[in-house]
Amino acid sequence: MAIDRDTVTRVAFLARLDIDDAQKDAMTHDLSNILTFVEALNDVDASGVEPMTSVVEAYAPLREDKVTDGGYPDKVLKNAPDRVQDFYAVPKVVE
Amino acid sequence: MSNALDLTLAGALSAMDKGELSSVELTQAYIDQMAATKALNAYITETPDIALEMARASDARRAGGQTGIMEGIPVGIKDLFCTKGTRTTAASHILDNFVPTYESTVTSNLFSQGAVMLGKTNLDEFAMGSSNQTSYFGDVVNPWKTSDGKNRAPGGSSGGSAAAVAAKSALATTGTDTGGSIRQPAAFCGITGIKPTYGRCSRWGVVAFASSLDQPGCFGRTVEDNAIMLRAMAGYDPKDSTSIERAVPDYRAQITGNIKGKKIGIPKEYRVDGMPAEIEKLWQQGMDWLRDSGAEIVDISLPLTDKALPTYYIIAPAEASSNLARYDGVRYGLRVEGVDLDDMYAKTRGEGFGEEVKRRIMIGTYVLSAGYYDAYYNKARRVRKMILNEFLDVYNQVDAILTPTTPSAAFTLDDAPSDPVTMYLNDVFTVPASLAGLPGLSLPAGLSSEGLPLGLQVLGKPFEEGEVLNVASVLEAAAGFQRL
Repeated sequence: MAIDRDTVTRVAFLARLDIDDAQKDAMTHDLSNILTFVEALNDVDASGVEPMTSVVEAYAPLREDKVTDGGYPDKVLKNAPDRVQDFYAVPKVVE
Repeated sequence: MSNALDLTLAGALSAMDKGELSSVELTQAYIDQMAATKALNAYITETPDIALEMARASDARRAGGQTGIMEGIPVGIKDLFCTKGTRTTAASHILDNFVPTYESTVTSNLFSQGAVMLGKTNLDEFAMGSSNQTSYFGDVVNPWKTSDGKNRAPGGSSGGSAAAVAAKSALATTGTDTGGSIRQPAAFCGITGIKPTYGRCSRWGVVAFASSLDQPGCFGRTVEDNAIMLRAMAGYDPKDSTSIERAVPDYRAQITGNIKGKKIGIPKEYRVDGMPAEIEKLWQQGMDWLRDSGAEIVDISLPLTDKALPTYYIIAPAEASSNLARYDGVRYGLRVEGVDLDDMYAKTRGEGFGEEVKRRIMIGTYVLSAGYYDAYYNKARRVRKMILNEFLDVYNQVDAILTPTTPSAAFTLDDAPSDPVTMYLNDVFTVPASLAGLPGLSLPAGLSSEGLPLGLQVLGKPFEEGEVLNVASVLEAAAGFQRL
């Protein structure tokens, strides 16, 4: 399916991806090609098939609900671009 | 020992056991070779000091009678595995200053079995690619040369890991395989690589691409080397809820070379249009080798084979777009300031991710967005289930499957496909087994007319890596492939 430039702009906002205007035409072209490619699945009748959740027989493991790890904010925050005390710091979000 | 670099992993273990070689000597030889082959750009980060320290500790353990499965073996680690205290980039600008404070389970398993880390190998950015050309840290050059003098791609995404083993700048390396990222570069670089069953190796501490497909595995010179290393890497890990609680067998002991009476399936749908005659011929040769060893060749059909790539290019980007949402400039990695928080997110991600990663995030976001989720994502999950069922049905008739690994030999870096969809077609033979979570191995079995390696792929039943390795060992012995 071909998509247009406006769709690319909308999806880029949903993905929080800055795509400059010069790149948008190429992106529109490439995404249209990829979406056309995956449309081959329209030929497959998959009605009555449950969508796959896991390739192997898996079960959700359970454990006792208790704290098993933690208590080292310096390790957790070591790679943070910005921190204030033991918190991640972000640009102001409330006026 | 002057020819330390020529030893296989099994050979090096044996030489060290006999006292003919120390891990420090072996490791130093690899450090020298890493320097001599630097132009290949197989490594993003070299860690010779760590390597020598680990090698000294290994020699001390060996002297004390303690030897692990990988004791003293110098390995390269794909730069997608978090290594405590050593920068881990996923070949992305967005993580180029990231130093993990923890160790991935797979590397931790390897190191506790005695492996020595030489460095972190190059890859496609976030493992998204089939040529290693999406790396922020530049192209990797395939060590195989042709008379035209043009540099060839090593394949991807684990291109650095494959090139390092081929160029002998690592004795073995780790890789990860989401749609073919171990098997395709192994084929391009003329070495052996295995992707085990999904759930066999822990994904904990591996930078996530598409979580329902990602699976760690390894590269080595021989089938036996793969068997040794895989055993050291694999095992249940409570920290990865998709890892499977199942005993890891001694894969090396499962390589008997006896395949009498085994049934090997040949899927007719893998004879794709435009497949070069030399690949068709190699495949036929592989069938003959197996038949000569007592196996029965069985024609099988996997009718949905041509739907595997379209399925993959919905599921993998969908999962990637969700996994990569974590790179937001707040907790780790690059931050590019903006006028407000949303602008900071968008600028950070716009500058931090490369083109292919952006394309996949966009596709993933699109197919998961309101109004499209059912038509694309749920449809793909249904077809994926049908692809798995096709394989499981076929495995009622056969023990393993033989196919070519790739539809061509390594392309040149200059002539690599610029159109994304054409590049995706490289993985036409590897993606189906990824969708089904099956174990698969590629081994070098012959040369193209230009003198480049061509690979054969062996696929097995879930958790039957031993069977895969055993069938591959028969092909390896028959092919007598001359490594670099």
